[in-house]
Amino acid sequence: MAGVDQAQLFEFLCRMGDNTLVLGHRVSEWCGHAPALEEDIALANTALDLIGQTQMWLGLAGDVEGNDRSADDLAMLRDVWDFRNALLVEQPNGDFGQTMMRQFLFDAWHLVMLKALTGSSNDRVAAIAAKSVKEVQYHVERSGDTVIGLGDGTSESHQRMQKALNLLWPYVGEMFVADVVDDAMVEAGIAPDLTDLRVEFDAHVGAALTEATLTTPDGGFAHKGGKSGFQHSEHLGHLLTQMQWLQRAYPGATW
Amino acid sequence: MSSPNSAYPDIPETQTKPKRHEWPLWEVFIRGQHGMSHRHVGSLHAPEEEMAIKNARDVYTRRNEGVSIWVVEARHIAASSPSEKGPLYEPSESKVYRHPTFFDIPDEVGAM
Repeated sequence: MAGVDQAQLFEFLCRMGDNTLVLGHRVSEWCGHAPALEEDIALANTALDLIGQTQMWLGLAGDVEGNDRSADDLAMLRDVWDFRNALLVEQPNGDFGQTMMRQFLFDAWHLVMLKALTGSSNDRVAAIAAKSVKEVQYHVERSGDTVIGLGDGTSESHQRMQKALNLLWPYVGEMFVADVVDDAMVEAGIAPDLTDLRVEFDAHVGAALTEATLTTPDGGFAHKGGKSGFQHSEHLGHLLTQMQWLQRAYPGATW
Repeated sequence: MSSPNSAYPDIPETQTKPKRHEWPLWEVFIRGQHGMSHRHVGSLHAPEEEMAIKNARDVYTRRNEGVSIWVVEARHIAASSPSEKGPLYEPSESKVYRHPTFFDIPDEVGAM
C-alpha cells in the first residue's frame, strides 16, 4: 500500500476532482436561468457542493503531486488535454430535463463510488468521501425524483426525458471501465473495483427509470476518452474558455 | 375546497386572466437548532409534498438554519380575515389585567 505510485494517485484524484469541477461549472450555468426559482436555488446549491468537493480533491491532488500546485492552479491553469473528467459531465446542459438526466446518471455513480471510498486505505481520501457522500445522497434523491416526475409526467416531458436518456446513456459506460490507474488504486486499497459498483448502480438507476416509464437504450456502446484524457468532446474546451477566462486574461489576479 | 389563496385572504384572487399551470403554493415551517417550535419562514412552489420539503431544504436551510422542516399546502390553511381585526383583537387591548405583571415575585425565584 505504501508503494502506490504517486503519479497514478495524482491521476486518480484529478479524475475525482475534475468530475466535480466540470459538472459543478456546468450546473452553475443554470444560475438565474432555471425554469423555477426553487430549481434555480437547488441547482446553485448542487453546483456549490460540487465545487467544494473539487477544492478537496484537487487540493489533495496538488499535495500528492508535490509540485506546489494548488487546487486553484489545477482548476484554472490546465488545458483540455490535462483534464481527467468523464465525458458525461462535460456534455452541454441542453434543456432542463437533459440537465437533470445527466445529473441523475452522474449522481448515481458518484454515490456508489463515494460510499466505497469512505473505506479507502488512504485516510485523506476516506475523509473527503465521508464529507461528500452526505451531499451526494441528497443530490441523487433530488435528481432521481425529478427524472421520475418528468419521465412519468406529460407526453412532452416524457418524450424529452427519453431523448435525454438516449443521448446520455452511451456516456455511462466510461465511468465503470477500469484502466491501469483504477487497477493500481484497487491494488492499494485506495479505491473500489469499478465493475463491482455497476451492480448497485444498475439496480438503483434501473428502478428509477422504470418508475419514470423510460426505456433504457439497448447495447453496451460507451464513449470513452475523458477520464484517460485521450479524447475529450469538443464541449470541454468551450467550457474552459468560460471558466478559466479571468485567470487567462489576468494571470494571478486575486480579490 | 377553499380558495388557493386561503393563507393570504387579504390578497385578492385575480380571475380575469386565464390561470397558468403553476405548482401549488406551500407554506414552510422550520425548527431551528435551539428552537422548540417550528416557525413560519416563507413559502414556495412545488409539484408535491416531498419536492416541497426538498425545495424548502434548498431555499430556507442553506445557512444551517434548521433541524426539521414542515410544509403545508397554503390552501389547507384557514386564516382569519383582516377585515375582522376590530372585533377579533381590539377587545383584548383594554384588558391589561391579563398580563401577569401584577404579582410580586419573591427574590429567590430569580429572573423569569
